[in-house]
Amino acid sequence: MNKAVNPNELKPADDSGPLYAARKKVYPQSVSGTFRRIKWTLMAICLGVYYFLPFVRWNRGLGAPSQAVLIDLPNSRFYFFFIELWPQEVYYFTGLLIVAAVALFLMNSVGGRIWCGYLCPQTVWTDLFYAVERLVEGDRRERMKKDRSSDPLKLERISEIVLKHSIWIMIAWWTGGAWVLYFSDAPTLVKELVTFQAPMIAYIWIGILTATTYVLAGFMREQVCTYMCPWPRIQAALTDEWALNVTYRYDRGEKRTSVKKTAELRALGEQVGDCVDCYQCVAVCPTGIDIRNGPQLECIQCGLCIDACDNVMAKIGRPKRLIGYDNDINIHRRQQGKAPIYRIVRARTIVYSAIIAVVGGIMIYTLATRSLLDVNVLHDRNPVAVKLSDGSIRNAYTVRLLNKSGYDRVIAIDADGPINSTVHVVGVDSVTPDRPMIVIPRDSTSELRLLVTAPADNNPEKSIPVHFHVTDIGLGVAASATDNFVSP
Amino acid sequence: MTDHSSDIDSVSGKSTTGHEWDGIKELNTPLPRWWVITFYLTIVWSIGYWIVYPAWPLISSNTTGMFGYSSRADVAVELANLEKIRGDKMAALGAASLADIEKDPALLALARAKGKTVFGDNCAPCHGSGAAGAKGYPNLNDDDWLWGGTLDQIMQTIQFGARSGHAKTHEGQMLAFGKDGVLKGDEIVTVANYVRSLSGLSTRNGFDAAKGQKIFAENCAACHGDSGKGNQELGAPNLTDKIWLYGSDEASLIETISQGRSGVMPAWEGRLDPATIKAMAVYVHSLGGGK
Repeated sequence: MNKAVNPNELKPADDSGPLYAARKKVYPQSVSGTFRRIKWTLMAICLGVYYFLPFVRWNRGLGAPSQAVLIDLPNSRFYFFFIELWPQEVYYFTGLLIVAAVALFLMNSVGGRIWCGYLCPQTVWTDLFYAVERLVEGDRRERMKKDRSSDPLKLERISEIVLKHSIWIMIAWWTGGAWVLYFSDAPTLVKELVTFQAPMIAYIWIGILTATTYVLAGFMREQVCTYMCPWPRIQAALTDEWALNVTYRYDRGEKRTSVKKTAELRALGEQVGDCVDCYQCVAVCPTGIDIRNGPQLECIQCGLCIDACDNVMAKIGRPKRLIGYDNDINIHRRQQGKAPIYRIVRARTIVYSAIIAVVGGIMIYTLATRSLLDVNVLHDRNPVAVKLSDGSIRNAYTVRLLNKSGYDRVIAIDADGPINSTVHVVGVDSVTPDRPMIVIPRDSTSELRLLVTAPADNNPEKSIPVHFHVTDIGLGVAASATDNFVSP
Repeated sequence: MTDHSSDIDSVSGKSTTGHEWDGIKELNTPLPRWWVITFYLTIVWSIGYWIVYPAWPLISSNTTGMFGYSSRADVAVELANLEKIRGDKMAALGAASLADIEKDPALLALARAKGKTVFGDNCAPCHGSGAAGAKGYPNLNDDDWLWGGTLDQIMQTIQFGARSGHAKTHEGQMLAFGKDGVLKGDEIVTVANYVRSLSGLSTRNGFDAAKGQKIFAENCAACHGDSGKGNQELGAPNLTDKIWLYGSDEASLIETISQGRSGVMPAWEGRLDPATIKAMAVYVHSLGGGK
């Protein structure tokens, strides 16, 4: 990305300094305005969904979990409202990841780092922790003053620090606590947790996530975005000149002067910028940068500087959005006296939308039409074929029947293979000759040993295909699989 | 400690170790303090380790350490836990009759899983991992059984073996008719061809069927039956079917008749617990050949 920096200000590289930069603690100032309201709303929604989703109930009938969203590891099932996934269907998550990634690209090409600024857990929790810090210790100036103070700690200050960290740890604990609820029946687990009856692993995970939340949101904060996260680098490579990013409109802002001077110069009819160098945009920034230096890697585009600047512009009677969602193209157009153009619909966004639509469509289609009855067949490898005493040839197969529905099924198995061959399932007395029938309980798999025997004179071929058809004789639902019948 | 500070290298401005080779001096680059401390700490740590864990080999044993740790004991505990977990299920298996196990899908699955593992550990060396057998070692997938293929008969064979020396073992063997001088060379060839003819295999030119039948009736029919259908009481194989444990070609048959055959199947009673033997009988039966 091009930095909107005056080339004259560039300093020659200095290679004698240390290889790392010490962190400058950021003290974001509180701010109010449109984007702050959007951020509060989104934070409430994100945290609300995260904390309360495990308690949403969904009736799946007797014997099945009644939690709407549940990752049932012991039984290897994933429940999401009306969807129940088995381990062999994890490819749906591949689809989900593709959609999520492309949605991120789409957001980026429309409005920059929307994810980073409003929705990323790191942003949401850090924002929450800052809110707590502000509530307990006061706003930017007070916090800076308290941190700088070299006076011995007074009881008041100590109690402030203790209170802040206690609230942080409590939030962090709830965060870890909510996480484990996705893996077990939430109301039951809450009861167990409170009465110290829950399994050790639940406490361990709560501990781990309490620690990560506390450290990441309380201490590491913007460093996670700046140094640890790959997305700033990726998004810089994915963006284009039409993408709207939080931008300081230097066409309007420069030259920066004080409020007083501006009035004087304007009176003299001179050209002056709207930026009054009040540093409000810097004061509110949660990553501690100056947006007027142009787009930069550290900027998570949370929009708080827009609010800060708008408030100042309103006070000094200048139009809003000196900082706003914009791009370089429009800045240049305005400088040339042309009207800005916004091109949301362009090749890039169309392609991203199309990928989302196609992958999402495929996923919805496969989910809607996926079979709740399935069969897998595996031919015995050792021995591949057995000669019987009368010279006939028998092949053995491991047949795995999957009943993904919520009711028991009666299944008939047909094997369409060598002429006049017979089918037998070990442990099943054939009531119907050559069409073994078995019951598969609801939501389970049954593994059967199936034998296909071809008479001595009917197996001249080395290998011929066998088609296995399984039919739910009550509902007529069917599935099939193909394997081979081999002669020695 | 040597004082290195007096000898300073003029080029780098660093002190040297004082060692010199042909005018080249080694710079003194001491290890970082933290590294040295860590190194000493690991030594201290290792002493503690020697005290609490097994460490020093003695003449016939080793020091056991204060913690009394032993990987063997850990394995024993884990195995005991496993047995405890499986206890109920294996007890159910031990209590059920063989026929009931095959009818109950859950018990059948358990018996097959257990049987397969135990088969792999104990039986596979002779019968092969898939129980396909080899020359002299019966294929357990087919329907030809020397000692019977019902669940009870299979279980009995596993329990007591064949010619195993166990008091209840299957007895009976193929005599060495040639080696013991009972039959002469040409008689052996004749009866070998007669045996081939029983299952429809080709015979040698000029083969005297009547003579072969006579020799067979006098020497072989006692065990294999008049029509060669065999006798499972004696482990005498059916000579009229398509399955041959030692081969059906003339040379193999002549060898069998001359030298005799008495393959051994060990007895497993006492070596495996009853529930495990049951599981194995069900597993072998379920391979497909069981009657």
